Amino acid sequence: MTGGTVPEDRDTVSSVSLETVSPLEARAPALPDEPSGRSRRPRMSRRGVLTWAGVVPFLAYAAFFLLIPVVVLVFKTFTTANGGFTLENVRALASGQYRASFIASIQVSIISAIGGGLFGLFVAYAAVRGRGPRFIQPLLTTFCGVASNFAGIPLAFAFIATLGANGVVTVLLADVGLHIYSHGFTIFSLAGLSLTYIYFQLPLMILVIAPSLEGLRVEWREAAENLGATQSQYWWRIGLPVLLPSLAGAMVLLFGNAFSAYATPYALSGGGINLVPIQIGQVLSGDVVITNPRLGDSLAFGMICIVGVTVLAYALLQRRAARWLR
Amino acid sequence: MARLDLHGIHKEFGEVTALAELSLEVESGELVSLLGPSGCGKTTALRIVAGFEQPTRGELLVDGSDVIPVPASKRNMGMVFQAYSLFPNMTARQNVEFGLRMRKVARDKCRARAAELLELVGLAARVDNYPHELSGGQQQRVALARALAIEPAILLLDEPLSALDAKVRVDLRQQIRHVQQRLGITTLYVTHDQEEALSISDRIAVMSDGNLEQVGAPAEIYRSPHTEFVANFVGLMNGFDGRVQAADMVTIGSSERPIGVHEGHGCTAGGRVLVLIRPESVQLEELVDGAAVPDGAFEGKVLMHTFLGSVTRMNLSSDVGDLVADVPSLRALTMPPDTRVGVRVDPAGVKLLAR
Amino acid sequence: MASVAAPAEKKARRAPREHRRPSFWTIFWLIMAALYFLIPLYSTLQFSLETGQHSYGFKWYGQTFADPMFRTSFLFSLRLAVETVIIGLVLMVPTVYWVHLRLPQLRPLMDVVSILPFVVPPVALVVGLSGVFNVLPWMLSNSQILAFIYVILALPFTYRSLDAGMRAINVKTLTEAAQSVGAPGWKTLLFVILPNIRTAMLSGAFLTLAIVMGEYTISSLLLFNTFAVYMYYIGNTEAQPAAALAIISFTLTWGAMMGLFLLSRRRGRGSSPGVTAVSR
Repeated sequence: MTGGTVPEDRDTVSSVSLETVSPLEARAPALPDEPSGRSRRPRMSRRGVLTWAGVVPFLAYAAFFLLIPVVVLVFKTFTTANGGFTLENVRALASGQYRASFIASIQVSIISAIGGGLFGLFVAYAAVRGRGPRFIQPLLTTFCGVASNFAGIPLAFAFIATLGANGVVTVLLADVGLHIYSHGFTIFSLAGLSLTYIYFQLPLMILVIAPSLEGLRVEWREAAENLGATQSQYWWRIGLPVLLPSLAGAMVLLFGNAFSAYATPYALSGGGINLVPIQIGQVLSGDVVITNPRLGDSLAFGMICIVGVTVLAYALLQRRAARWLR
Repeated sequence: MARLDLHGIHKEFGEVTALAELSLEVESGELVSLLGPSGCGKTTALRIVAGFEQPTRGELLVDGSDVIPVPASKRNMGMVFQAYSLFPNMTARQNVEFGLRMRKVARDKCRARAAELLELVGLAARVDNYPHELSGGQQQRVALARALAIEPAILLLDEPLSALDAKVRVDLRQQIRHVQQRLGITTLYVTHDQEEALSISDRIAVMSDGNLEQVGAPAEIYRSPHTEFVANFVGLMNGFDGRVQAADMVTIGSSERPIGVHEGHGCTAGGRVLVLIRPESVQLEELVDGAAVPDGAFEGKVLMHTFLGSVTRMNLSSDVGDLVADVPSLRALTMPPDTRVGVRVDPAGVKLLAR
Repeated sequence: MASVAAPAEKKARRAPREHRRPSFWTIFWLIMAALYFLIPLYSTLQFSLETGQHSYGFKWYGQTFADPMFRTSFLFSLRLAVETVIIGLVLMVPTVYWVHLRLPQLRPLMDVVSILPFVVPPVALVVGLSGVFNVLPWMLSNSQILAFIYVILALPFTYRSLDAGMRAINVKTLTEAAQSVGAPGWKTLLFVILPNIRTAMLSGAFLTLAIVMGEYTISSLLLFNTFAVYMYYIGNTEAQPAAALAIISFTLTWGAMMGLFLLSRRRGRGSSPGVTAVSR
């Protein structure tokens, strides 16, 4: 599992352009009147316009398919149909079903982030530090790569098959006397959703936290032991404090990951559950009659803000973690 | 300060024997180096002393009492690791205080002791820096201070300088030795760098493949290696197959050149030996323009110079084979490559090992 | 025979690590993880094989494979996946190469841009795209547009793969070496750089494949009939064929990841199989 950072290479490229003049075309030192073909391009300084041209296709693509839609979305969030500035669209989010959807999304995200985070921490630790057989770690890595791709429709079906009304585990539990459905459990309740989400949160957590666990140098534990510390003293004073930024960052990432989920909750609930992504979908597909057509934009804007903050927090925490876990 | 005794320490990892019945005595206040190449078992031995590994059998005595059943955290030994052992979330001061805090020493006493030790290693100005703000050499000095803070009976160092730059290494090893002598602390020092071992040890224990090859003072190890391995590992050696002709003479090489040797080597006449000659014992004189080889010398030709500062290492060819001579640089200037030279060997610098 | 001995420098030989028995907790958590991963898979498999009260068979698989809609949607998604991979590589490889070679100061910007698709979840992206395409409705009528959108979705993974791959081979030195023997820029890229980042490209391709084959959000909201959309449609009507479909989908993803794993093992460097792709 890679995770190391590579130092920035120093740019020592001279001003020679990429295209070289082939020997056959070499002429007298005088510059030709008209540069013809790529091999005659006059030498560019490093910061010449043409160097920047190299990234234009990509930036243009990203702008068109990513940035512009977002800009349009933000614009529409804060304007009325006539073009005037308004905060109404955003204000509408604070009440009624939209408010409820944000609360529900945040709840599911927190629960699955913490649940998946802790579960993932223990499993990753067992794999990395647990002195198990050698093949455990690569096997776990591969499996996590696979398992995190099971999200979406197939995952929803899998959990319906497991914990749905006629699910294998539901039936099994009923056979031993535990009728979960009569206790109010459904596959798209908070508990059911969280349990399902953890299926793709867990691998993500393992993959993200494993490098940090590997970064916990064995010398620290041994030095602590040598100086008289017990296992728990080591964890309390050194292990956990050092790990905390990575742990927090990972859980924040998991939060954002859960918040963004659409296909999984949609398939679990037939599109009926009240989460922010589902609401957006309903507005888009016109399933719901709404008074304000801009609501989809403001919902999306709210979502982007929340997820944006989590990504930012993750990046900052990762930077902090890297200081100690290099 | 304590004395340390290893009696028959034996360690097996499955099929592999890492240490074969190692026995070693470290007197109180002594600095003994465990010297050897990677994989010879020196680090394993140190870790057993520290308590991070358990020996398959054997006794480990500190001041006469067996410490093998004692867990690592209670052995009262200070250990300096190769690198990365400072706690990254603590300042230098907090690192040094750690052992004392674990022993529930009062806060102010911790601070005072930490300050004292950081002063001793020359880092008084860096008490509040974090490890990532310190250079490699500074980190190891903090590590040393941290190990000493708990007033250990024994100091253990596991290749503390390997990860550092050459210049820093030389400075720091002197500092370590200075501190060790000043505190009079019994010390076990693991290294693969023979120069390091030679310069700071009271005694050196040379190890190879889990076995103790030789133990002795640095000068003794250098001058009188007991085995071929030690001869090859410590310092540069010219080695030749030879045969003992008389108590004071051996012949070397395919041309069977006679070389004088001091008596008392203990090898039987007529026996096959490995003849070891230190480069500084090879004496050269320039043979000008077809001059004859003087008595007692044999002819050689200079192949190459390697300038080392005050001394130049000269590679020669001769009819006994290729050899290396260390010659004062000023003299070496008079003998450029392709010069014919007369080669003499100082009998004091010849060592024989029976084959 | 003479031998000149130098201070021994044997090749580093690590002492064998002592293999202590794994602790109780290690085994416990690993087993918990295994159970948690495998139980849903098993349940799905069981569902997919239930043909009657107590009978099992491959009926549902047969039915699925025979369904013309299965084939259409599967091939559609597959085609989109291939197109996404191609467009993505054509767009990203020269760009990443260029940045590594001539504009390393843009690296931070590239890092940020490659993170943006995470910040704008697919649902939100669709909202924005609808806004844009309302002005250009002709774009939405053609299903090809999906491939272009998917490139953005896969961007973080393709960029990271390629970036890591190019870092590992020291692009600058290779290019300068090629230049010194007179190779023009495009030839350098094609014949020198590309062969050396094969693993990174394949890694990105596999991840893209996995993402596209499982993508539901954007395709369903833009009303296209991809494989995942078909899966949901089936799931709405019958449970068992849906389970069979899920198993088929799992197997596909597993196959792609196995390929990735074996690839990275064989080459041994550069690619990071730990990069995850999620179509949530």
